Amino acid sequence: MADENQPQAPKKGLGAVLEEAKEGARALKEKVQEEAAALKEPEKTQLFRSIFRVKHDDQPRNRSLSVLTNVFFHLHPAKINRDAVRYNYTWGMGGITFFLFLVLSFTGILLMFYYHPTKAQAFRDILYLEHDVPFGKLLRNMHRWGAHLMIITVWLHMFRVFLTGSYKRPREFNWCVGVLLLVLTLLLSFTGYLLPDDQLGFWAVTVGTNMARATPLLGHEGPLGAELGMTPFNDVRFALLGGSIVDSNALLRSYIWHCIAIPLVAFIFMVVHFWRVRKDGGISGPAPVMLETEMKDPRKGPRPVIMTPSGTPPRP
Amino acid sequence: MDWHQLWQIISTPDNVPIVAILFLIPFYTWYGLRQALANDRLIAELEADPQKAKTHHRKTQPWKPGWEKEVHVWPYLMRMEFLVALIVTVILMVWSITLNAPLEEPANPNLTMNPAKAPWYFLGLQEMLVYFDPWIAGVVMPTLIIIGLMAIPYVDANPLGNGYYTFKQRRIAILSFGFGFIVLWISMIIIGTFIRGPGWMWFWPGQTWDHNRLVFEVNRDLHEALGLPITSMWAKSIFGGLVVGLFYLGAGYAVHKLMTINEFTRRILRRMSLVQYVTIQFFFITMLSLPAKMVLRLVFRIKYVWVTPWFNV
Ligand code: HEM
Repeated sequence: MADENQPQAPKKGLGAVLEEAKEGARALKEKVQEEAAALKEPEKTQLFRSIFRVKHDDQPRNRSLSVLTNVFFHLHPAKINRDAVRYNYTWGMGGITFFLFLVLSFTGILLMFYYHPTKAQAFRDILYLEHDVPFGKLLRNMHRWGAHLMIITVWLHMFRVFLTGSYKRPREFNWCVGVLLLVLTLLLSFTGYLLPDDQLGFWAVTVGTNMARATPLLGHEGPLGAELGMTPFNDVRFALLGGSIVDSNALLRSYIWHCIAIPLVAFIFMVVHFWRVRKDGGISGPAPVMLETEMKDPRKGPRPVIMTPSGTPPRP
Repeated sequence: MDWHQLWQIISTPDNVPIVAILFLIPFYTWYGLRQALANDRLIAELEADPQKAKTHHRKTQPWKPGWEKEVHVWPYLMRMEFLVALIVTVILMVWSITLNAPLEEPANPNLTMNPAKAPWYFLGLQEMLVYFDPWIAGVVMPTLIIIGLMAIPYVDANPLGNGYYTFKQRRIAILSFGFGFIVLWISMIIIGTFIRGPGWMWFWPGQTWDHNRLVFEVNRDLHEALGLPITSMWAKSIFGGLVVGLFYLGAGYAVHKLMTINEFTRRILRRMSLVQYVTIQFFFITMLSLPAKMVLRLVFRIKYVWVTPWFNV
């Protein structure tokens, strides 16, 4: 029954079939060409728009949006003091420090794939890295020299911030965050020093932690330490090393401080640091110079103990 | 002259950063001060000509009317960041390809390294151990350095020089930071690296590190050096306390002189609260105690100034 209702397709000759196939091929070709042409403008594709959300043609509005709508870029403001983009004001030192932190995290994670924090294996793992792991030596060198370089760049960053008076109101607190970052950077480097478990690291850490013995009150050789019942087995040095000598517990503790605890804390403080740079009104300068004659003497009368609250404009 | 010894120190891989510092610190000091002096000239010009001060854009950077004060981060800042990241990567790569990270023998508690040195960035603290007992050099001083650094923004009552390089408007601040950072911290690291050899003894650059060297130097306490007939613990404690107290008074007087050296610094002083003044005094005097003790120790061979049953200074 169904057969009867269906219109019988007319028998086609070979030529007609070929013609139809050609037609189909032409349509396909056109579609391919069309889509290929569309690929020349990737920013119009659905994929692209779903990732980047806004147009990226060269208009002031879109230049701003490309910064503001990207979670990584929006650490930046959309616009910035025209003289601050030159190298000579900030020396780029804060940025370089952060970049080195990223490089160190990257190489550090790769190193962790090859390293066991145990007395039996640590030193051998380093030898293995140096001689057998492809690019292992390069990896280790980059991690080591990157760490040294980061310390130098933190110091230079601090020096720059001081020379430009950038710690002055309203950036006092960010300077303090910076000081903590400086300490954390040094501690990161120091805890890493022990990990190869060689003579260099062992004695450096021994010398370093021996000082902790002398902590007043909390060290067994420090002033008033013995009087408070401190011994080599319960003082602050013992807590740092997990023992009375630099041994396997010290290696493990070093490893955990170095690979987990300090990087995490440092990262959190960096987030705060960058956030504060933005909230304090961006980079401090280069600002127009102020003249001595424009400095007004403070009002007479009772004054807060430290200074007027941070964030309020300087006293006129 | 033992060039080999010197070369050995310089080419120790972990010392290469210090060689880099020897170049980088002077360079950036010059780079910053050069901009400071340029700004100072501009400031002098504007102070001499109040009319110009009203119209000038007050920067040494070029400026034309009609220029935007701000530029887009994309691309003007980001291309710089990208370039800098690229350059740093290249430097780090070249450094890592040409120089291997050190690896010594496996750790061995029975084989003492001599000299056993802290990593270079802590050599300043280790060098301080020569002049002070460990509880001061290793615990109190680092703590004070950290707290002192954090206190800087809260005790600097000078509102000028916020956001631009200047020397003229912040002489004391810049000179004292330079003193602490470059003269004390960096140069102690350099002493620790280049001068200190086996037994933490003083070897001039180029002098051979002699592991059997003996030094017959007698370090005395101050009261012995002065030949004072003091023997009882109480007398020693009181005498030392007096000397330290006198040092605080003398250094405090000098710091006060510095803070009132001209009309400008006196104006800044008038802006300060008492807490700020006392904090500055405390940290300056403490900072000065290091070079004071260095001279006493290196020149006069004095070990302790203040001897008590509980602690020695
Ligand atoms: C891990 C260490 C650090 C990182 C990654 C870091 C990163 C940065 C970055 C990227 C900036 C933006 C401006 C620039 O590049 O100079 C900045 C600004 C700043 N940093 Fe840091 N910093 C670090 C440590 C420090 C230290 C040790 C201090 C001071 C003791 C400090 C104090 C400041 C201040 C006050 C600003 C604002 C400067 C201005 O507005 O001109 N930072 N930091």
